[in-house]
Amino acid sequence: MTGAAPILEVRGIGKVYGSVIALSDISISVGAGEVVCVLGDNGAGKSTLLKVLAGVHPHTSGEVLLDGRAIRFAGPRNALDAGIATVYQDLAIVPLMPVWRNFFLGAELSSGVGPFSRLRVAEMRAITLAQLGRMGIDLRDVNQPIGTLSGGERQSVAIARAIHFGARVVILDEPTSALGVKQAGVVLRYVAQARDRGLGVVFVTHNPHHAYPVGDRFLVLNRGASLGEFDKAGIGIEELTRLMAGGAELETLAREIERG
Amino acid sequence: MTTLTPVRSRTGDERLAVTHPVKRLLRRPEMGAFIAALVIFGYFSVSTAAFLTPAGAATWLYSASLFGIMAVAVAMLMIGGEFDLSAGAMTGTTGLLVGAFTTQWGMNLWLAMLLALLIALAVGAVNGLLVVKTGIPSFIVTLATFFILQGVNLAGTKLLTGQVAIQGMTLVPGFEAGKVIFGGVIPVFGLDLKVSVFWWIGLTAVTSWVLLRTRYGNWIFAIGGQLQSAMQTGIPVRRTRIGLFLGTAAAGWLVGMLSLFDVATVQATTGIGQEFIYIICAVVGGCLLTGGYGSAIGAALGALIYGMILQGIVFAQWDNNWLKAFLGGMLLLAVLVNLSVRRQAGVRA
Repeated sequence: MTGAAPILEVRGIGKVYGSVIALSDISISVGAGEVVCVLGDNGAGKSTLLKVLAGVHPHTSGEVLLDGRAIRFAGPRNALDAGIATVYQDLAIVPLMPVWRNFFLGAELSSGVGPFSRLRVAEMRAITLAQLGRMGIDLRDVNQPIGTLSGGERQSVAIARAIHFGARVVILDEPTSALGVKQAGVVLRYVAQARDRGLGVVFVTHNPHHAYPVGDRFLVLNRGASLGEFDKAGIGIEELTRLMAGGAELETLAREIERG
Repeated sequence: MTTLTPVRSRTGDERLAVTHPVKRLLRRPEMGAFIAALVIFGYFSVSTAAFLTPAGAATWLYSASLFGIMAVAVAMLMIGGEFDLSAGAMTGTTGLLVGAFTTQWGMNLWLAMLLALLIALAVGAVNGLLVVKTGIPSFIVTLATFFILQGVNLAGTKLLTGQVAIQGMTLVPGFEAGKVIFGGVIPVFGLDLKVSVFWWIGLTAVTSWVLLRTRYGNWIFAIGGQLQSAMQTGIPVRRTRIGLFLGTAAAGWLVGMLSLFDVATVQATTGIGQEFIYIICAVVGGCLLTGGYGSAIGAALGALIYGMILQGIVFAQWDNNWLKAFLGGMLLLAVLVNLSVRRQAGVRA
């Protein structure tokens, strides 16, 4: 465990959908300036954990603590107000709209009353440029449609947006899964950038090669249960990969294939 | 680990070509329509004697204005990702309602107009609610409304008057006052412009402002561009979409009033078949059929093109059936241009 006081913490959490136990007895915490990776193969319970953290689904056992106090999120909006922002895989962007309009989508700055209110366009452009700059994203033009950006840049704009609107903890849902090697590197760089700015990051992924360089701690899930939580010092990438892939199963498979 | 170099430097990104200002201007949604309008204006000005005369210009501007008002409202709806096929018939319905209320039942003119507006808005609300609540494509919902209105317009008019038109509006008290607002003529630089031209210009300006400089406009682009994202970012999606259908209904009422006070007679078939012309004007003006992109000024220019061709063909004494063929060609060309816009923005699917 690191020294940082956890912002968001779950203890012995479980989630049951009808008769399906999707998650049981999971504990994890994330503090300021920390990157916690949640790893697991498909169906391991990553998405369920993410939804509990994001306030989408309530947990059925255990407890969620925010700044050390037990809390139950009423919904995603509630979690967002508490500073827990989730960046989903589809990013909630509109490809044909300019970067700055996407940045402020649904939270536009405007002045004036009623029908005479108008957007503060220059201010929003400047803030977008500045916020992206702080993340190390140097755009030539915030007026270009966001669809013209690369996948990694789009992901980074979504992260920057979450940070700007007051997130203390950012939950990233498979931010690198659809990206090429270079683009994934770009995103990892921004994850590190967010960490250095004092945010807590929960990085949900099935790729240990993306998680290992940037993560401080790793929670490995398998079939809804924890296979353990590891400090970076306590585990190497080979061990992490082996654990994730089901360890012994993979070795058996490798032997079988070799023989064939 | 703490020092990170920016991924991109301001000057040296080899993947970004420097965009020439002219090229950037050409990428605006309404640019294609603007150039086409110039070409068509030039052609008819040179090839016909009547086109550039004050009387001629007033004629094609009037023609364009009625289509333009509808095209602008329809463009706003299309940017929001929907269609309204009942928009044309609505211009007839509202005119017929006012005609029937006043000439048949002796209702006060202004009250009749207000009532017609409320009925139009109610039809728009039904369109919007059905689309939002059921998820049925607006193309189908408004196609149904279109046929219902068409049937009611024809059957209702026959039932009331025994004819296929409502006449005698000039005898209704207050008609002259109404004509000042909706059917008057204002001379500008020797042009006797019908008042509808000013309604058209005013509405285009207001719609443009709403689309580009208000939160509501931002929401419309987002809803049409990516509905899922609009919902995720907390935009009041339902309210905004229903509002767009109210917009086209209200525009239908306005055009209904403008034509009613212009000729004092309403044909039961008024507006039928024009719903596609509004859509064509919007598309020629740069609106994507798939939503999320377009402009009010573009739609107004699309209508201007239509008005100029409609009257230009008459002045040139061609067979006016060429109009339809020409319109189809324009539409196809516009759709191809718009397609490349989408590709440039890197939008897949």
